[in-house]
Formats: sequence, C-alpha cells, structure tokens
Amino acid sequence: MNHPQHIVTYPRFLWRAIGVATDGKLPFYAWMTFLTAVTLVGINAWAEQTVRGMDVTGMTDQVSWGLYIANFTFAVGLAAGAVAMVIPAYLYKDKALHDVVIVGEVLAVAAITVALAFVICDLGRPDRFWHLLPVIGRFNWPMSMLTWDVIALGGYLVLNLHITGYLLYTRFLGREPNKRWYVPFVMLSIVWAVSIHTVTAFLYSGLGGRPFWNTAILAPRFIASAFVTGPAFIVLALLAVRRFTEMWVGDDALRTILRILRVAVLANLFMVLSEVFTEFYTGGSHVAAAEYLYFGSHGKDGLVPWIWTAIGLNVVAAAILLGANPQQHLKWIGLACAMTFCGVWIEKGMGLIVPGFIPSTLHEMVEYTPTVTEWKITAGIWAAGGIIFTLGVKLSSAIFTGELRLDREAP
Amino acid sequence: MDASRRTALKALGASLGVAGLARALQPLVDWTPATSMDELLQKHYKALTKEELAVILRRLEDEARDTYGVDVTIEDVRPTPGVEFGYALNLSICIGCRKCAEACHNENNHDRSTNNSYIRVLEMEKGSLDMGKGSVDYDGPVPAPGKFYMPVQCQQCRNPPCVSVCPVEATWQESDGVTVVDYNWCIGCRYCEAACPYHARRFNWKKPELGASEINPNQSYLSNRVRPQGVMEKCTFCLHRTRKGQLPACLEACPTGARVFGNLLDPSSEIRWVLENKRVFVLKEDLGTQPRFYYFFDE
Repeated sequence: MNHPQHIVTYPRFLWRAIGVATDGKLPFYAWMTFLTAVTLVGINAWAEQTVRGMDVTGMTDQVSWGLYIANFTFAVGLAAGAVAMVIPAYLYKDKALHDVVIVGEVLAVAAITVALAFVICDLGRPDRFWHLLPVIGRFNWPMSMLTWDVIALGGYLVLNLHITGYLLYTRFLGREPNKRWYVPFVMLSIVWAVSIHTVTAFLYSGLGGRPFWNTAILAPRFIASAFVTGPAFIVLALLAVRRFTEMWVGDDALRTILRILRVAVLANLFMVLSEVFTEFYTGGSHVAAAEYLYFGSHGKDGLVPWIWTAIGLNVVAAAILLGANPQQHLKWIGLACAMTFCGVWIEKGMGLIVPGFIPSTLHEMVEYTPTVTEWKITAGIWAAGGIIFTLGVKLSSAIFTGELRLDREAP
Repeated sequence: MDASRRTALKALGASLGVAGLARALQPLVDWTPATSMDELLQKHYKALTKEELAVILRRLEDEARDTYGVDVTIEDVRPTPGVEFGYALNLSICIGCRKCAEACHNENNHDRSTNNSYIRVLEMEKGSLDMGKGSVDYDGPVPAPGKFYMPVQCQQCRNPPCVSVCPVEATWQESDGVTVVDYNWCIGCRYCEAACPYHARRFNWKKPELGASEINPNQSYLSNRVRPQGVMEKCTFCLHRTRKGQLPACLEACPTGARVFGNLLDPSSEIRWVLENKRVFVLKEDLGTQPRFYYFFDE
C-alpha cells in the first residue's frame, strides 16, 4: 500500500472541495449570490424575531403553529421522498439510477437541514435549544413524539452525511467504494426515511384534541405525498444537472422516477379524497376544520383559495404525468413536477397545519396570515437549503465526472 | 480570467458575505446582555438543590426590580401531602360577568397590553353544550336572555396531554394535581398548546408589559411571577395562594358564588359534597383527559 494516509488526503479533499464549491461560471455566481442574499435577509429577520419575540409573526394562542411548522412538515417529506431514488437504485439495482442516486442523497441532507432550521426558528427560546438534546438536556423520551423526531431527523442527517461523504471521498481517491462501508447504511437509510415522516405524522395525529389531525390516515398520507414531492424535485434537479453540469443523466433514470411519481401522485389524491369523504359524510364537529378549509365557515375563508389552488395543481399535474410520454414531453413533465411540488407544499403546509387550529379547541374562529417576517425567514431557510443542495450537486458532479481527483492537479 | 484575479474576487466575495452575516445578526448582538449567563445555564427545576433554587429566586427578584422597578417576593411553595385540588363550577348561577377572568389577569401578572387571562368565558345557547354555538367575544349586559355562561380554564387533567408531548419535561403534574411550567426551562415549541383540548395554555409572544403599580408582588417560581418572553404559561389554580390555604383569585372574585374549590381527598370538603350530591360533568370526557375541573347545574 503506498496510498497516502487519510490524515493527509482528507484535508486535501476538503480543500479541493471548497475550491470546486467556489468556482464556476457567471450563472453559478449569480445563482449563489442570489441565494446568499436571500439567506442573509432570512437570518436578519430571525435575529429580529428572537429579540422582539414571536409577536412579529401572525401566530396567536389560537393558531399557535403556522408557516414554520408547515414548511418543517413539507421539508421532512422532501427528505423522506429522496429515498424514492435510493430504493430502485439499491434494492432493485437499477443501473441508470445508480449513477445519479447521489443527487437524491444530497437532497436528503439539504432537506433535513431545512427541516431542522424551521424547528429552531419556531422556538420561542432558541437559546435553550440544548434542552432538546439527548443526555445533556432533559429528553422526554419515549413519551414526547417531538423527541422521537429529534432522533429520527438527526439520525437521518448523520446517515446521509456518511453515505454521501464516503462515496464522494473514495471516488476522489480514485478507489472503488467498499460496499461494507456504505450499503448497510443505505439500507438503514431506506427504513429510516419512512420513519422520519411517520414520526412527523404521529406528532400531529396523536393529539386527541385536534380532530382534523387525529386520523390514522395521516402517516400513510404523509408518506404518499413524500413520494410525490421527492421524485418531483429530483426530476427537476436532474433536468437542471443535465443542463448545467457535465454529469451524465440518462433518460432511463428519469423514466424510473417518473414511474414512481405517476403512482404516488394518484395515491396521494386518493388519500386526500378518503379523508375528505370521511369528514364531510360524517359531519359533526370533525368536519368543522375541513369545512373552514375547503369552503370557509362563519364568514371566514382565508384558506379556501390556497387549498383549491393546491387541488387544481395536483389534479392537472397528475393528468399531465399520466398522459405525457417521457421521450417527447420532457418540458411538460418538468412543468407537472413543478406544479405538484407546489401543490403538495400548500396541501401539506398551510392546508394541513393551519386548519388543525381553526376552529380552536374552544371553537373560536381565529384566522392566521403569515407576516412579512415569517415569509423572510421561510425564504431564507429554503435559500440556505438551496445553497447546500447546489454545492452538494456541484461537488458530486465534479467528482463523478473525474474532474476532481486526488491524482489530478487542481487547475 | 487569470488565477490571481479570480482569487482576489473570491476573497472579496467572502469578505462581503461575512460582512453581510455580521450585519444580519446585528439585532442579536445588541440584545444579548438581556439574557444572563446564569439563566442560560440554569438547570431544570427538579434538578436544583434548595440552595441553588434560593440563589435563583434572589436573582429573579433582582431582575424584576431592574426590569419593572418593583420589589417582589418570589417563593417556592411546595404541594402539601394528602392534598389534591379540585374545582367545580355551577353553570346555573354563573352570569358571565368575567370578574374571574379579570381577577386572574391581575393576580397572575398577565401582560396588560393583550388583556390576557387564563380564563375564557363562553356565552352558550341554552339547550346545547355545543361550543360551536358559543361565543367568547360577547358584549352587552349579562346574563342575556336564552344564554348561559361557561368559564373555561385549565382543567388540571389527571392524564394531561400537554405533559406527555413536552419534549424537554418543562411541564409536569405536581402531587396536588396542579400542572406547572418551569418558565426557565421551556423552549417555547408550543407543542403543549397544540395538544391541549381546552385552550388552557398561553404563549408569551413578547415580553409582558406591566407597570410597577400593576404588579402583584406576592409571587412564586412555578406560578405568577412575571414570565419571560418566548415561554408557555398556564393556570396553576393560584398555587401561591391555594398551597397556603387561601382560595384561587377567580373564586374570590366571583360575585355569585358559582365556584367551589377544595381538597378532593378531604371527605368533608365542599368540593366533595358537590361531587357526591350534584350531577357533575367534565368537558370533552371522551378524550380521556380526566379533568379535575367539574361543571354542574343546580336545577
């Protein structure tokens, strides 16, 4: 063995990775500058919120969770949905997907980071975040679903960081990755992906006092919609990778993901329909929130345009995805992916979290509208996630195309 | 572009980024002194020794003087063994005057600007217990014809969902049945507020605004001391009073005598008499929360 020691090569890997991450053509710089600017606006808004209190948000004692927790839920789904790429690549040994599965793993890392950031910015006392950590804090496990979520999300982040880090580093060294060091973790990450979204659903569905959430279908519905947003985002990302990087993305890979997406988009709509039927046909107090959401009640209808937009987007996207031919209609498929991504974002965010609080437990009809501060923080967190994703994909592309290798000199 | 120019541009970009970050965090930098290091590292209430807690109580009194300009006493009043508090409310004679809510507001040092209180009074339609037909923002003379009134506050559940969901054990049930919050441990995630079926919990969306003369100086750590920004709070059955043998402020303020408070474990208490002789009910019994707060009608 005359390989240099890791203690030498790993810092070199990091150094060269930083080089790749900060080097590119003009569109790359423009894109990164844009994301950085939005992130900074978000950080500033968060600092302001921490000082002045959550009073700067539109939340109230009646609607005590809003845009942040809505986005948290969606981001967890996106992270779980990334596994839609990992399953065919590893379980079904799909060769075409195997070459690009790293994009899915990078997505998982970025989306989990986004989800965690949304939890932190929703805390009234971010300075006490350490109370929420196992061992050093006071961890109410196993009773509190939120502690389960801390474990699930933290574990998923570590798993995916290990998998991506290991694959990229060995490729950088010019070696074949050793299956022992990543395949077991990939298998674990598949199970773990389902668990993060199940636990997040249990967070809500376990609350007896909130009839709108207190339904057994919530976890399956979360998984179904995760299998919509994950693949939809990956299709868009792969189209972008194909356009802006040298990395090879075959049509076969796109076709496999599309196949998953076609089933998932229908499964998701089916579950929404089952939920809506049960609520409206049964009636009574269980329908109060759904009535407010879909049609408005007591003269309040703030969420009605949101939810019908979501339904419209999802239905049209489903029609396009089912009708389009991947060989000819790639643009249409891209459009449908963007539509259903937005559709689920509304349905699972504003359409699921907010109506859980309207009417309140004492049947007050207090509506919620996010403030500019909340939008700034939300945009900032997504932009930060965009930075992580962009850099992750850029680095992967440089390594997978062989541009970035230990034995090749930096340009 | 040659390499040195590229490096120079990168350095420029990095410095701009760092400068931007510093600028973005400016509000935090200006504010940090408000949170003391002692507070940041303070342990959970149950992990504190008597001595440590005594130091904290003195620190909190000092902070109250510095912030609100008033001398207060903050005690740590513990539950009495053999006591389990229960509350009953006679819906036949409650007139919906909201004196209880007002007394709670004053007793518990609530934020003046939002007129907060742990009690919400619902104006209900006679002939129905459906809260959907009730209203909390009723106005005009009370009692209005065809209506009855139902004050709702923390039900001090035997099986409290708020305690189960708290990720950091910042809220728990004490031996006398009162569910309390350690305001210095709560992280403000508001999961308990989502879990409570009775809208009993409140969040401090901002620092409470109180004038020096408006502050009730008789305070305790787990109840009515002025809460910090960004944490949860709730009704404690006025434990700083009731654990010393006094009655809750809401009961003392009630002009009709609709409220009955006492020790559920004492067979000769008035509350036990009500439970044994009236047909009482609890709110949302189907949820299995098992409240210690009972409602009854006279006739």
